[in-house]
Amino acid sequence: MGLVIAFWIMAVVTVVAALGVVFLRNVFRASLSLIVCFITVAGIYITLSADFLAAAQILVYVGAISVLIILAIMMTRDVQRGSPANRMKLPVFIVAVILLGIMIYTMTGTPWQIASESPLAPTTAPLAVKLFSKGGFVLPVEIAAVLLLAAILGAIVIAREK
Amino acid sequence: MSLSLEHYLVLSAVLFCIGLYGTLTKRNAVIILMCIELMLNAVNIAMIAFSSYIVPLMLTGQVFAIFVMIVAAAEVAVGLAIILAIYRGFTDIDASNINLMKW
Repeated sequence: MGLVIAFWIMAVVTVVAALGVVFLRNVFRASLSLIVCFITVAGIYITLSADFLAAAQILVYVGAISVLIILAIMMTRDVQRGSPANRMKLPVFIVAVILLGIMIYTMTGTPWQIASESPLAPTTAPLAVKLFSKGGFVLPVEIAAVLLLAAILGAIVIAREK
Repeated sequence: MSLSLEHYLVLSAVLFCIGLYGTLTKRNAVIILMCIELMLNAVNIAMIAFSSYIVPLMLTGQVFAIFVMIVAAAEVAVGLAIILAIYRGFTDIDASNINLMKW
């Protein structure tokens, strides 16, 4: 029962914070709202018993990505006041609502094959086994490392003063 | 009343559509990037929900969510670098005004 209450609180806060990202006029406040959204999404991971991913979410999103975004806002804040919308507001709203309706219709209509076992409780060690053991995901992990290195180098080269 | 897979899927769909709306309507490039992060988070919620409800002992959805996180980190780093480079050249980050490569 406590899990259900926690889920509903965090789901409502997540959706409200996401709406704040889109509809707040001040860009800096929108970024703070995005951070709230990241934190509550980490809480939702905990209700799904994905503890390692919740910690990674806090570290990567709340710790790193939000700092990058706030830094970018601070460096570019003198050009634009607020976050105005373009002329496609109404068509995009209709498309988004139709897409939401279709997704909810198919998701609630599909007979999912729910497994009877309860999920693994501490997931860190099983995740490590899954990632690094034989027959696991070692090659994608290596490729991810190369991707991160390439992204760091690319970001430095692009953003560097000439 | 207990939680089911559909709760998480509907939450993920709502979050995804909010992100989609923001991505397509906003003019500030930084806000567009933030909305893309919202969409990636929505996908992660769906992936982890599937992982813990359908294959609770295999964790494949969580592994995929880790890779989505890695790609999101790389994407936001390169994206913000591009925005800063554009800001230096144009002194503007309005996505409607940056139409140099638009035919």
